[in-house]
Amino acid sequence: MIEAALTKRYGGREVLRAAKLEVAAGSVHALVGENGAGKSTLVKIVAGIVRADGGTLAIGGKRIDLARWDRVAARAAGIGIVQQHGAFAGTLSVVENAVLGVERGPILELAPVARALAELGERVGLPIDPWVRANELPLGAAQRAEIVTALHHGAKLLVLDEPTAVLAPVEVDGLLATLRRLAREGTTIVLVTHKLDEVRQVADAVTVLRAGESVARFAGELDIRVIARAMVGAELPEPARVEAPRDDAAPALECIGVGVGAALAGVDLAVRRGELVGVAGVDGNGQRELALAIAGLAPHAGRVRIAGRDVSAEPPARRLAAGLAYVPEDRHHGGLVLDASVADNLALGRRDVTGAFRIDRARVARFAAERIAELDVRPPDSAALARELSGGNQQKLVIGRELSRPSLAAVVAAQPTRGVDLGAVARIHDRLRAAARAGAGVLVISADLDELLVLCHRIVVLLRGRIVGTAGERAALGALMTGAAR
Amino acid sequence: MKRELEAAAIALLASLAVGSLLVLAAGQSPGHVWWQMLVRTCSSEYDLGQLLYKATALTFTGLGVALALDAGLFNIGAEGQLAAGVLACAMVGTALPEGTPAIVAIPACALAAAAAGGAIGALIGALRVARGAHEVITSIMLNAIVAGIALWIGNQYVFANGTTTGRAIAPGAQLPGLGLGGSAANAALVLALAVAGAMWWLRARTTWGQAWRAVGSDREAARSVGIAVSRVQVLVMTGSGALCGLAATSFVLGHKHAYEQGLGTGTGFLGISAALLGRVHPVGVVAAALVLGFLSSGGLAVGDLVPKELTEMLQGVVVLAIAAAVPIVRRAP
Repeated sequence: MIEAALTKRYGGREVLRAAKLEVAAGSVHALVGENGAGKSTLVKIVAGIVRADGGTLAIGGKRIDLARWDRVAARAAGIGIVQQHGAFAGTLSVVENAVLGVERGPILELAPVARALAELGERVGLPIDPWVRANELPLGAAQRAEIVTALHHGAKLLVLDEPTAVLAPVEVDGLLATLRRLAREGTTIVLVTHKLDEVRQVADAVTVLRAGESVARFAGELDIRVIARAMVGAELPEPARVEAPRDDAAPALECIGVGVGAALAGVDLAVRRGELVGVAGVDGNGQRELALAIAGLAPHAGRVRIAGRDVSAEPPARRLAAGLAYVPEDRHHGGLVLDASVADNLALGRRDVTGAFRIDRARVARFAAERIAELDVRPPDSAALARELSGGNQQKLVIGRELSRPSLAAVVAAQPTRGVDLGAVARIHDRLRAAARAGAGVLVISADLDELLVLCHRIVVLLRGRIVGTAGERAALGALMTGAAR
Repeated sequence: MKRELEAAAIALLASLAVGSLLVLAAGQSPGHVWWQMLVRTCSSEYDLGQLLYKATALTFTGLGVALALDAGLFNIGAEGQLAAGVLACAMVGTALPEGTPAIVAIPACALAAAAAGGAIGALIGALRVARGAHEVITSIMLNAIVAGIALWIGNQYVFANGTTTGRAIAPGAQLPGLGLGGSAANAALVLALAVAGAMWWLRARTTWGQAWRAVGSDREAARSVGIAVSRVQVLVMTGSGALCGLAATSFVLGHKHAYEQGLGTGTGFLGISAALLGRVHPVGVVAAALVLGFLSSGGLAVGDLVPKELTEMLQGVVVLAIAAAVPIVRRAP
C-alpha cells in the first residue's frame, strides 16, 4: 500500500534521512520510535500535510510526484489522518467539520452528510452524534468522530498519530479492537505510537524509526524487548525497585480533607518517608487540582502537612522551603521559562544556588553542570535556550531543579514523563527512585498506568475528585478509574 | 541578543525606506534630506545638545516602560507618571529654602519625582493584582486623571498670577547644563546613564531581575518555583512609574528650573517607542532613545526642507516597523 523512502530537513537539521516505510494493504502497521525520531513527520508527509525534501513515495503501487503531493491530493488518493491533537475546529459541529474544505458549492447541505456519518459510524462500530460541537466532545469521542470523518471521505489508508495518548484504558481497548476490525474489512492502518503494549496487541508489522532513519522492520511474532532495543539503540537496564519503607516511617506529606472547588472533594492521603505513592485516574478527575493544592498554587480546603509541618495557610515559597519539590504537569506552562537558558531554568527560584540578591554566577554554572551530568541533558550546553531542547530534555530540567532542593522531604510529580522518550523516562524514574531512597516521600500523579506500576509501592485512584480505592494491578485499577468497580 | 539586534536593524531600515517615500511625497530627494539631517545635526553643537536633551528624558521613560514589559506588563501610563513626577519635582524644588545645598536639594527633588510617578505605578499594579483590572486600561485612564489633577493643582497652588508657569526652584536644586551651544542638554544625562547601568545590573545579575523576567516570560512557572507573582507585579509597576517620574529631573532640574503647564508632554508616549525599539534591554533603550532623539532633533534641523510632521510620522513608522520585524526574526531558525 505504501512504499516510502523520505528525507526532510528543518533548517539545517535532517529529521528524516531516507526513512523507509513499507506497509502492506489491509494490515495494521505500527510506526514506533522515541520522541524526535521523526515518526510524526514521516506520516505527515505521507498524508500530504508536510512536504518532503527528497526521496520517493508510492501509494498503492503508483509513484507519487512529491512536489505536488499536498493534503488535497492525499485525500483524493484515499489517505485519512487523525492527528495527535485533533484537527477539528472546536466551535463547529462534527458534520460541519466533515464538510470543511471538501464542500465546493456555496450552499451547505449538511443533513445528508450527517445521516451518512451516523450510519457509517454505526456500521464500523464507532457511534457518533454528527451534530455535537467538537469542543463539547470528550477526547475519545472527538477522536472517533475524526476517524469516521476520514472513512467518510473514502480513506482506504488511515493514519493515526499517537491516538491513545489521551484515552482511558477501556477506551484504548475499544479503539484497538476497532482498528483490527477496520483492517479485516480492508482499510490499511498506520498507527504511530511509543507504547509497545499496544503494538503487541494490534500490529501485524512494525517499523522502528531512530534519529530519522528506519533501523528495523518486524513482522509476524513481535518481541517487545527486541523492538525496545531497536528504538533506543541499546538495552535498557531493568531498574531496581525501591524497598518499601517500614510502617512506622515518618510522614513526609499528609493531605487531610483537601478540596478544591467542585473538582477535588476532601482527599485524605499520606505519603511516608521513602515511599512512592501513585495517583491514577483518567485526566480531569481532580489530579491537577490535587497537585496545585499541595503546592499552594490553588486555594484549597483542608490541611496539607509537609514533613509534619502544617503549611495549609502558606504560600508556595514557604511550602518549598518546608521541604517540598513540585514538578508541574505541563513543562511549557508552569515548569520552565522557555526563552531562558538551561542554567537559568535550573536555578529558577533556587535562592540556595543563586544567592539571595546578587546572583553567584560561578555557583549557578557549577550547579547547572552537575544537573546536566546527573540527568544526561542533551545537548549538554547550559547556555542553550530551554525552548531548543526536546521534550524529554526539557522535562529533565524541571526534574533536575526540583529534586535537587536541599532538605527534600516530599515530592509531588505531576505527569513526570508525559510526552517524554524512553531514554529520558528511565533517567527521570531513576531520579524519582533516588529521591525516595534518600528519604523523601514521593507522590507521582500520572495518567500512565505502566509508569505507576513500575514505580510505586501503592497506587490510589482518583475519580470525580475523590479517592475511590487502592489497587496493585492493571485490571483492578482500570475498573476503579472508570467507576466500574463497586 | 543577535536576534534583538537584527530586529532593531530591520525595523530601522524599513523605517528609512518608508521615510524615503514620505520625503519623496514631500517633493524632496530622500538622499539629500537624510544626509542633511545627519550633517546638520552633527555639525551643530546646539542640535547635538538638543538630541541629548531629548534622549535623556526618553531614556528614563523608556527604561520605565521596558521594566514593566520585561515583567509582562504594558505600562502605557508613562505620560501620566511623568506628569506627576514633573509637578512633584517642581513643587519640592520651590518649597526648599533658598540656601539648600545641592547635595540635599537634588536628591530631594529626584526622590519626589520618583515617588510621585511610583505612587501612580503602584496604584496600577495594585489594581491589577487585587482586582484583575488590566493595566493598559487603568494606566491610560490614569493619564487623563493625572493631567486633570496636575492642572488643578497648578491653578490652585503653583502658577503665578495669570500664567501657566510656577516660581523658580531653589538654586541648589538646579542641575548644571552641558554647554553645547546653549542647548537644553544637562547633567540629568549622567543620572539617566547611571540608572540604565543599574537597571542592566539588576536585570542580569540579581535575583530581582531573575524574578521579574520569569514573571514576564511565564507567570505559572514563576509561581510554581515560589516567586510571589503579585508582589513582583506591584513592585515592578511602582519601579516603572518611578523611572518615568525621574524624567522630570531633566525637564525641571536640568532645563526649565520651574513648573510649566505641559512640560515634558509626549515623552511618556515616546518612551513606549524607546522601550519597544530598544527591545526592552537597558542598553537597547539608551540606543533607541538616541535614535528617537536624533529623529526629532534632526527633523527640526531640516525643517526648511521637509515639514516637521514628517519626523513625527517617522517616529510612528519606527514603532510599526519594530512591531512587524520581531515576528520575522522570531520565525527564523
